[in-house]
Amino acid sequence: MSPYRIILIILISAIITFILRALPFIVFNGKIKMPDALERLGKVLPSAIMAVLIVYCLKDVPSDILNTGIPKLLAVLAVVISYRLKKNTFLSIILGTGLYMILITL
Amino acid sequence: MNKEIIKTSFIKSIPIMCSYFFVSLAYGIMMEENGFAWYYSLFTSLTVYTGAFQFVLITFLSSGVSILTIALTALLMNSRQMFYSLTFVEDFKNMGKKKLYMIHTMTDETYAVNCTLDDEKNRRDIMFFVALFSRCYWMAGAVAGGILGQLIPYKLEGIDFCMTALFVIILMEQLEKKENRIPAVIGAAVSVICLLVLGERTFMPVSMIIISLILMGRSSKERNGENLECHHTE
Repeated sequence: MSPYRIILIILISAIITFILRALPFIVFNGKIKMPDALERLGKVLPSAIMAVLIVYCLKDVPSDILNTGIPKLLAVLAVVISYRLKKNTFLSIILGTGLYMILITL
Repeated sequence: MNKEIIKTSFIKSIPIMCSYFFVSLAYGIMMEENGFAWYYSLFTSLTVYTGAFQFVLITFLSSGVSILTIALTALLMNSRQMFYSLTFVEDFKNMGKKKLYMIHTMTDETYAVNCTLDDEKNRRDIMFFVALFSRCYWMAGAVAGGILGQLIPYKLEGIDFCMTALFVIILMEQLEKKENRIPAVIGAAVSVICLLVLGERTFMPVSMIIISLILMGRSSKERNGENLECHHTE
């Protein structure tokens, strides 16, 4: 990919993100309340999208069970269990990633 | 007086420092491993400045998906940000030149800290410095990660898993709230079905659109259900 395309993609992402952050000021001018339906959607969308992203991260699990599938699932399990026990983001990321990096070399 | 504000803001921003520096360190390393040097990490952190989406963006940049998919993902992943700035419309409106900066730097974490401020007199100044410091932590981590990734001589095969780990943790936090559970199940089910039917390359945008429609349908139904319980639509 050319550097121009990379920068273009980053800038498009930046503009969309900024517009979303500024939307209450642009459209609603801060005076009118957000439409109810939009507000409800905004409350439930993040967890649904996060689930999609996890599926996205694990998308190669079914097609390559042995080489990446099992290591990924085991590492996810390690993250879930360690976070349940310790509630420490940094620790769980290091643990899961470290385990995954070891498992794929086996 | 100014020193006092800066000191308070710094103390308020310490929890953000701990999480931002290390998460963006991982981001910088992952960028480097995918062939994007530290200045790309810095540029993205400076312009986009949003945690989870920046990670997804790495995989998009290295796999070359369509700009439409990128835009749609940015839109849906970052849509929550607009609810954050909505909370502080009154504060930001009265901050003059800093208004645009405050809008741009609104994140999950600064939102949470802003919500804890009750110091009426200096709250706007504190908000500004918390935003400024947080953005510095994020950029510093990204650059440090990029350089660290360059210094490590062997290839860090599998480092990309840090993104998966981060998302799993974010979801676990979200699932603490009961009302997030059904949406998460819908999200997982729809995307798995789309993945199996459509394949790895195209399932993302399609499943995101389907999920948005289902959730929109659910929330409008819920509202009708409050006073029209016997009104069956299916």
